[in-house]
Amino acid sequence: MMKLLTATTAITLAGTGLALAGTIDDIKARGHIQCGVTQGVPGFSNPNDAGDWTGFDVDICRAVAAAVLSDADAVRYTPLSNTERFTALQSGEVDILSRTTTRTLNRDTALGLNFAPVVFYDGQGFMVRESSGITSALELDGTTVCVSAGSTSELNVADYFTANNMTYEPVRFEKADEVLAAYDAGRCDVYTSDLSGLAARRLVMQNPAEHLMLKETISKEPLAPAVRHGDDAWFDIVTWTVYALIAAEELGVTAANIDQMKAEGSPDVQRLLGSSETGTGEWVGLDNDWATRAIAAGGNYGELWARHLGPDTPLKLARGLNELYNNGGIQYAMPIK
Amino acid sequence: MAIDPTAFLPPPVVSAGPWAWMRRNLFTDWRQTALTLIVLYAVIRGVPPLLGWLFVDATWQGTRDDCVANGGACWAFVSARWGQFIYGFYPVEERWRVNVTFAVLAVSVVPLVLPMVRGKAWIIGFLLTLYPVLAFCLLYGGVLGLPVVETARWGGFMLTLVVAITGIVGSLPIGILLALGRRSDMPAIRTFCTLFIELFRAVPLITVLFMASVMLPLFLPSGFSLDKLLRALIGVAVFNGALMAEVVRGGLQAIPKGQYEAATAAGMGYWRMMGFVILPQALRLVIPGLVNTWVAIIKDTTLVLIIGLFDLLGIVQAGIADANWLSASVTKTGYVFAAMGFWILCFSLSRYSMYLERRLGLGASR
Amino acid sequence: MTAPFLPPRQIFWTRRRVKSLLVQVVFLGGLAWLAYFLFANTTANLQRQGIASGFGFLSQRAGFDVSLSFLPFTSDSSYGRAFWVAVVNALVLSALGIVLATILGFGLGLARVSKNWLIARLATVYIEIFRNIPLLLQLFFWYFAILRQLPGPKESVVLADLVFLNNRGLYMPRPQVDQGGWVIMVCFVAGLCMALVMTLRARQQRLKTGHGPKSWYWWPIGLVALPLTAFMITGASLSFVIPELRGFNYRGGMLMLPEMLAALLGLGFYIAAAIGEIVRSGIQGVDKGQVEAASALGLARRDIMRLVVLPQAMRIIIPPLATQYLSLAKNTSLAAAIAFPEIISIVAGTTLTQTGQALEAITLAMLFYMGVSLSIAAVMNFLNYRVLRHGN
Repeated sequence: MMKLLTATTAITLAGTGLALAGTIDDIKARGHIQCGVTQGVPGFSNPNDAGDWTGFDVDICRAVAAAVLSDADAVRYTPLSNTERFTALQSGEVDILSRTTTRTLNRDTALGLNFAPVVFYDGQGFMVRESSGITSALELDGTTVCVSAGSTSELNVADYFTANNMTYEPVRFEKADEVLAAYDAGRCDVYTSDLSGLAARRLVMQNPAEHLMLKETISKEPLAPAVRHGDDAWFDIVTWTVYALIAAEELGVTAANIDQMKAEGSPDVQRLLGSSETGTGEWVGLDNDWATRAIAAGGNYGELWARHLGPDTPLKLARGLNELYNNGGIQYAMPIK
Repeated sequence: MAIDPTAFLPPPVVSAGPWAWMRRNLFTDWRQTALTLIVLYAVIRGVPPLLGWLFVDATWQGTRDDCVANGGACWAFVSARWGQFIYGFYPVEERWRVNVTFAVLAVSVVPLVLPMVRGKAWIIGFLLTLYPVLAFCLLYGGVLGLPVVETARWGGFMLTLVVAITGIVGSLPIGILLALGRRSDMPAIRTFCTLFIELFRAVPLITVLFMASVMLPLFLPSGFSLDKLLRALIGVAVFNGALMAEVVRGGLQAIPKGQYEAATAAGMGYWRMMGFVILPQALRLVIPGLVNTWVAIIKDTTLVLIIGLFDLLGIVQAGIADANWLSASVTKTGYVFAAMGFWILCFSLSRYSMYLERRLGLGASR
Repeated sequence: MTAPFLPPRQIFWTRRRVKSLLVQVVFLGGLAWLAYFLFANTTANLQRQGIASGFGFLSQRAGFDVSLSFLPFTSDSSYGRAFWVAVVNALVLSALGIVLATILGFGLGLARVSKNWLIARLATVYIEIFRNIPLLLQLFFWYFAILRQLPGPKESVVLADLVFLNNRGLYMPRPQVDQGGWVIMVCFVAGLCMALVMTLRARQQRLKTGHGPKSWYWWPIGLVALPLTAFMITGASLSFVIPELRGFNYRGGMLMLPEMLAALLGLGFYIAAAIGEIVRSGIQGVDKGQVEAASALGLARRDIMRLVVLPQAMRIIIPPLATQYLSLAKNTSLAAAIAFPEIISIVAGTTLTQTGQALEAITLAMLFYMGVSLSIAAVMNFLNYRVLRHGN
């Protein structure tokens, strides 16, 4: 009996012990980062033919892994549905949620999340068939709308139709694939989602040219990686890794020229890459090369954008708001000093 | 001249041959005749197009466009995706491990089905204890120099079998313990087991899977996380354990009281009495019921797709959505293929259960 | 009863009892520790991360819309309202499914024991196919492979210009009574009660005296003639609103969403196969002597089935039938996978994600199913009791 009690106490203590250790120690102990991604959105996170995860959101996780573990491949991906994503993060199943998730007040507070800087400024739009003759979102009265269940899109579309005194019939699927398939098969007149999502999904339709994206944007959808409340050190690392990627673009540091820049760049560059005397590593709890590794893993913010989302990709998205602040957009890295 | 009286009688009714059979079984009276003719018409109208779709107009090789042009089933889609349907995303060069795992299973199950083989208890013992360990080591790897294959890569028919077998093997001990607990004379244990069984029997499996996938992580200490597949497997085993408990309880109730008394009189303790006297008899009685529950478990494995695992149905579903194949013909073919896979498994098991029922002489007693 | 010998004197503290008590104390202790462990973990997890908890969210604005609702519901309604919408949807689907499965299932069961070889074989084929394929797969098949492939509203499949089937659903004419509608409803209910009372009275008399008045004609009188008379007297005008294509979709009439149609067909056809087998074994479970005796009395084959076999078979049929009804009600949860807005879809799906309160949402969903299970079990126990004790 006594043995049993001791054993149970030991287990309970072990539980609390794990809780106190902190995310970074856990990650270092197990040797990889657990990254929560989508169940497949081209351009953001999608398994390629070999079954490996690729995409913009995936590269954010790789950058963080490179910064923390010096190995961009030390990431394990967990595909998560809309329903699962927050509990997976809350419960510690994933360390970081890099999964086209909109930052909202409710999620930031009541759901216990901390959002890193926005990596993609998005907005919700509508897609219709060209043959329907619809050209404006205000003509959508009486339509059937396909929308992803448990998303901000679902809430925005309800607000938009109410505000404009229109009615609609929602068809709600949990999996993004099924929403798309329902629209593509004609179950709905309208498909609504984030504009980036619409563009990505259009690629996999039977006849992409038959569909039209309406000009209206009905919401703000700042997509950002998230970590859970209560671990500031880990939150800092994710936050500043994202800023380092943006700062690298601002300063012209790319994956190709990073070694050269590290040797002969301006003081700002030197500070970012940790080559000067005043390294930033100590402050984030890593060594001074953390940002160098993060940038070298997949390139700077602009390079990630161009590789997965930009004009040379099937998605052909324009940078728009996601341009740097000095280039007409609103992306802006906090000073790394 | 004498008249043969039989000459005036009508000829005897033909009572043999196909015509008589049809008279008896198809055209008894005008109502039956009408029914038969209507049904026959429907069959004649329905079956040839079905066979045509399945075989004649089917596309055996090619792309979506060939399938759309031919108009029949698109078996080309199935053969193009065959590897994925069977192994999921399991790395191609490691697939032999899956083959070995299930070959061992098949080799051990065959003698179980044959009536004349002796030493079945040993085989069952192997399947319930050593085999799961062996299967895990082979499939997951990480030992004996086998590279680790993460469970996220498991899928297709292989995952269906993993979930089904874990459900079957895992639920049996849980079910036995719960059944014994429910018939225990200790009120605390009896109440707990009854509540536990009734609770799980009252809710659908999908809520249990949801609980395993989104609630369980919150119950565990932070930093301690279980694999997603493992959580689903726990959910499946516990849920079916509660169902199994009721089957086992039926067997326990059928054991005459004299057996308990005799065992007690022989000086056996509770566990020895149950293990050596009662359970062997009770389980034997409910084998058909157990097999029927297994059929239900196999059918229920499909539900794991709702929590994002790619079992056979899940991977077919994902394949259908592929833009390169998306079409009505591929959709139908995919589901028909998956249906055939499940049907063969479930039908043969349910037939086996009926055979056992006859052999054990349970069905005849009514 | 006279005991042949006196019971042994009760000794309370036997070794057995002490052991049993000890085992139970340890068991309960372990259980309490487990409960505490889980509870402590959960509260710690929730608190550390500042996640909201409690059922307060039920009164908050839901903010989403639902495609099918029998209660007034807009995006301004509360999460609590959304829960009830989901409850009603699930119950309606269960009820319709039970009706379909029962009718089809009894038909299949009777066909299985039919003397007509062809019909018996076909019923067997149906049952073996439908009960050995997972329900979820059948739902997918109906929804994605059949209904999804239907043409759009403009190329609908039209039946007599009244019923329209397309990939948006099944549109049917909706009966509409302009005035005095409630009088007709009252008459209908009154007629139903009257027919019921007359039938019961006739039966009682028959049981008592061996003779009783015929009572079947009360049913058409109560259910058809009475409301019809009321309809004529009040001068209500009955009209049908026929769906018509306006804009993108058909308007007017009754719409059955494809999600609902697929769920209904899938559930109904699947459970019908199981009911068919139950009915067959029920009928075959009736002693052969009963049939022989009835035919010796000169009863026709149909009457033997109706008056002798089925009433007795019902006693065997009802308990497993109840299990199937329960299974159908629980299996409505699978309709979430084809976007039918029921409990799993609305509560364990959208509400869970929008509020982030997994514990509460899943608890609500489980409570609903437990409630349904308990109610069906209670009704069936009552019915079972009636049938077992009082015959038909």
